[in-house]
Amino acid sequence: MISAIVDYEFLQNAFASGLIIGLVAPALGLFIVVRRLALIADALSHVALAGIAGSLFLSQNVTAFAALNPLYLGIGSSVAGSLLIDRLRELYKSYEELAIPIIMSGGIALGAIFISLAQGFSTDLVGYLFGSVSAVGREDLYTILAVAVITILFIVLTYKELFSMSFDPKYSRAQGISSRALNIGFMVVTALVVAGSMRIVGILLVSSLMTIPVAAAMQIAKGFRQAMLYAAVFGELSVLGGLFAAFYLDLAPGGTIVVISITILLLVLGGKKLAASRSAARNEEVETGEL
Amino acid sequence: MAEPLIELEDVSYRYGDTSALEQIFLTVEKGEFWAVIGPNGSGKSTLIKLILGLIRPLSGQIRLFGQDSSDFREKEKIGYVSQKSNAFNRAFPATVREVVRSGLVKKTGLFRRYPADANEKVDSALAAVGMEDFTERSIGDLSGGQQQRVFIARALISDPELLVLDEPTVGIDRKHMQSFYNMLGRLNREKGIAIVLVTHDVDTVSELVTHVACVNRSIHFHGPHEEYSRQEDRIRSEWYGHAVRRVHHGRKAADA
Repeated sequence: MISAIVDYEFLQNAFASGLIIGLVAPALGLFIVVRRLALIADALSHVALAGIAGSLFLSQNVTAFAALNPLYLGIGSSVAGSLLIDRLRELYKSYEELAIPIIMSGGIALGAIFISLAQGFSTDLVGYLFGSVSAVGREDLYTILAVAVITILFIVLTYKELFSMSFDPKYSRAQGISSRALNIGFMVVTALVVAGSMRIVGILLVSSLMTIPVAAAMQIAKGFRQAMLYAAVFGELSVLGGLFAAFYLDLAPGGTIVVISITILLLVLGGKKLAASRSAARNEEVETGEL
Repeated sequence: MAEPLIELEDVSYRYGDTSALEQIFLTVEKGEFWAVIGPNGSGKSTLIKLILGLIRPLSGQIRLFGQDSSDFREKEKIGYVSQKSNAFNRAFPATVREVVRSGLVKKTGLFRRYPADANEKVDSALAAVGMEDFTERSIGDLSGGQQQRVFIARALISDPELLVLDEPTVGIDRKHMQSFYNMLGRLNREKGIAIVLVTHDVDTVSELVTHVACVNRSIHFHGPHEEYSRQEDRIRSEWYGHAVRRVHHGRKAADA
């Protein structure tokens, strides 16, 4: 495998992109999960689908789009979707979750229209839906790298505010933290990560990389930083393991990555239960010993 | 002349057509400990939101530390502790240290890292509420009363001159309630922090507070605690529209 990575540029691209996404998606995902926005990542990925399908369709018919990487329109539509969701959440303040099905179905609807206009699924599109080991280009890698730099800068620079806002929104408002600007920034960064991740995990499974490693991390982490660290470690393990399996077994990496991350979650849950029953047994022993 | 921390002058607020507060006058000065009491739906929480600047008065003026509340930016001077029940999700992964440190967010400023002495400040804020042994524990593992102490520490870490607490003991058992209130009394006496406490437990706090405000859309009474004690029966019957029998210590007929 190592020699294959040295030999083939496409593998370098896939593994480098995977390493970046495996770190960034779960780190941002922690904020998404604790703010109960997990479904928003899903909605945005489906909006990205509309952009990708639209770009693939246009590339068949408009020469100007022939050479354009579909990732860009995917990112563009995902960011536009994030701003729309924010707007809708403001509009329906007491039914914020309503924004999600509206945007999600809108994204799928546009995607369906573009796919049928382009006369069905191409292999390109399947690669976007479930991820791909072979289709990640240098340009994709650089785009993903740029997304990661923006995301990490955003998290580092607004970490305090994001934490406070996620933990206790009312308190942070009373402190005079402007949640509106921060929210919009957060949504845009989420859209970027969603669009950047889909090359590796695929549109349909993007949100899993932002939630499943976090779900496992939250089971064992005492604090927030620790949760972020564990989530990133689980994310990297899932992506690397998933890419290896996908390459050797010729499978879609989206599937293998998610299966591995769910396996990690189950191991964590099982390990935690085992530890709990052991310590309970030990306590019992101590008690009976004292008697 | 003492410096007023909060001044409400002829303040009114309404939700749609429903009047929440009418013509409120209230002045809280340095070092005072106010109990704000009143039945459910009386506008106590609205009063708190106005003081915190979460909503703006429809008429009248609010001054905080001498400034008009809409110009007031030094939010770190006011520590806020909300009702426990709606404060946060128990499964939230955060240590006590991380939670208390987040009280420095405003003071530190956007795009900046917490100051180098943040950890010492966390330690001393936790010591002030008797929670110094829980620093690295997960916030979700603590009892309700312990969590409320942590939230007080989060409010204390920015060295506020005023603490605003909105029914902080909801969901805390009576046994721990008294020690919680005693701790507030200590903060008030020893650190000179002014306190505005919205509460149902008027009997429990009566020994500690210096002033009482009775709210039921308008303020029915405000003044020193001794004055309140003298007029208590009259005030209570005005509020509830009928005379209320006062049961000593523990149970309160007024809560019914």
